[in-house]
Amino acid sequence: MVSTSAGPRSSPTEDRAAPAGPRVPRNRVRKAGRLLPLAPAVVLLLVFLGGPILWAFYGSFTDTGLTGASARNPEWIGLENYRSLLADPLFPQSLWLTFLFVFCSAVIGQNCLGLGLALLMQRANRAVAAVVGTCVVAAWVLPEIVAAFITYAFFFRDGMLNQLTGLAGLPAVDWLYEHPMFALILANIWRGTAFSMMNYQAALNDVPPEVTESATIDGAGGFARLRFITLPMIRRSIATNLMLITLLTLGTFTLIFVVTRGGPLNASTTLPIMAYEQAFQFGDIGYGTAIAVVMLLIGAVFSIAYIRMLRERKD
Amino acid sequence: MADVAAPSLPSTGRTAHSHRTPAHRRKAGRVSNVVLLLFAACFVLPLAWLVSASLNADATYELTAPSTLTLDNFGAILNAQQTFLPLLNSFLLATGSALVTVTAAVLAAYPLSRYQLRFKRPFMYTVLFGTCLPITAIMVPVYSLFVQLNLLDSLGGTIFFMGATFLPIAIWMTKNFMDSVPVSLEEAAWIDGASSMKALFYVVLPLMRPGLAVVFIFVFLEGWGNFFVPFILLFAESKQPASVSIFRFFDQYGGVAYGELAAFSILYSLPVIVLYIATRAMGGSFAISGAMKG
Repeated sequence: MVSTSAGPRSSPTEDRAAPAGPRVPRNRVRKAGRLLPLAPAVVLLLVFLGGPILWAFYGSFTDTGLTGASARNPEWIGLENYRSLLADPLFPQSLWLTFLFVFCSAVIGQNCLGLGLALLMQRANRAVAAVVGTCVVAAWVLPEIVAAFITYAFFFRDGMLNQLTGLAGLPAVDWLYEHPMFALILANIWRGTAFSMMNYQAALNDVPPEVTESATIDGAGGFARLRFITLPMIRRSIATNLMLITLLTLGTFTLIFVVTRGGPLNASTTLPIMAYEQAFQFGDIGYGTAIAVVMLLIGAVFSIAYIRMLRERKD
Repeated sequence: MADVAAPSLPSTGRTAHSHRTPAHRRKAGRVSNVVLLLFAACFVLPLAWLVSASLNADATYELTAPSTLTLDNFGAILNAQQTFLPLLNSFLLATGSALVTVTAAVLAAYPLSRYQLRFKRPFMYTVLFGTCLPITAIMVPVYSLFVQLNLLDSLGGTIFFMGATFLPIAIWMTKNFMDSVPVSLEEAAWIDGASSMKALFYVVLPLMRPGLAVVFIFVFLEGWGNFFVPFILLFAESKQPASVSIFRFFDQYGGVAYGELAAFSILYSLPVIVLYIATRAMGGSFAISGAMKG
């Protein structure tokens, strides 16, 4: 493990040049000492991140409960939790709702709206762009519980959205009961678009203006320029952004929990909500942990894809 | 509108297409402005409700101009039990995790930035992997781990856990900042006989103060805003941060005391907004700098 191959960056040969023999052990001690500053971080990461992840795999094979005897002394039950998970009709439904939520609110909503806003802001008046940027970012910097509370007020039966549609002469709709996923998806677009928008603003700034200008001279219209010049040039940013917002949206708990509680009748129960309910409301920690493992695996797939993309970009 | 080709050029098919004259560009700009402002209105409308409800004595979930502006909603919640204690707890949680994270990240970043280590790449990619994993996914196992470790309902345990969850991204950010501090300055310190830790504290850290502030504020904001972690790990009302107490308030009085809820939300959001603006002024766009640069 302890393997410092050389000294400080500027003099990489110094250690290698040191003669072997009695000095080696002392050198090794010194090298180990250099790694000492890593210890607090490594311990924290192992205990509080590595620990729960390993614990998740172990716990999903037990009947750990929230209270009672099975809370402190859980028993090994093998694949029982996964067997019930596969038989649980709620599981495919949550998987589907999670996919729907991530796909509609992040991949389509935040991503496309963020890109659209960033593109429009390039052409718009600078003052307008600044105002719009502030409005979009404001929804993003608010604490999540406040954003969730505002969402509730917005989609509530006697809330703002019905007030607005009422002005247009439309009948009032109980959004949170009749279309909970629609409301949550819109809310998450409102809350999260700023992240994509800022990523794309940065990416578009790196596109040299000469490229698009010469395309204009060659007769490319606005759409053709976007399709054949701008988008291909920022495709790596698009891919990275998609990965990051997918990972961020996958774990959304607070917004859904506060606004609909996964209801009505599980109509908005995504995987994080399902894991929470099984573990803390029905008291079956083992079962909730099995759901957590599924989420971890899905997250791991996207994380690895993201890391591979970053590595390709660097190499 | 007539297409005006560039004046002195012969009007070939090619130039006929390149009619991006100033007039056109201005029109495109105007359309962009209008579309953008419409979107901005959609984004800001829900926030406008929060502000108006907090100043309205009989607020509802509809957006109305308050008939009389009043600070009564704020007055009603400005007491120790309802507001000050939860805000203090939020502050303790956020500051504590930020201190834990920044300290561990700075120490870890030093060898990672200054020495050539054989396991550096795998280590950094493992850490990046940790950055990506959804923390909500591990809350159930964290709970049962905390049961085993006897850490439930402990502010300290929660602080260390929150600090650890932000550590991966903080290590990446700190290492990036440290990489940009030239090594030559430390070499001078080494020649003068300073140990590497002394060089870190007296030479490197002062030079990366803005970067450290960005990391600190980033973790502070995440800790301040977090709801799920304290909701799962802290039970005693006296330890709960504002996010959890707003939730409890919403649960109990969400159908009655809209105005007070809005006022509490605003008080709770203010530090976030101030810190965000401060960070922008320092030139840090932290959401991206850590995650995207890689």
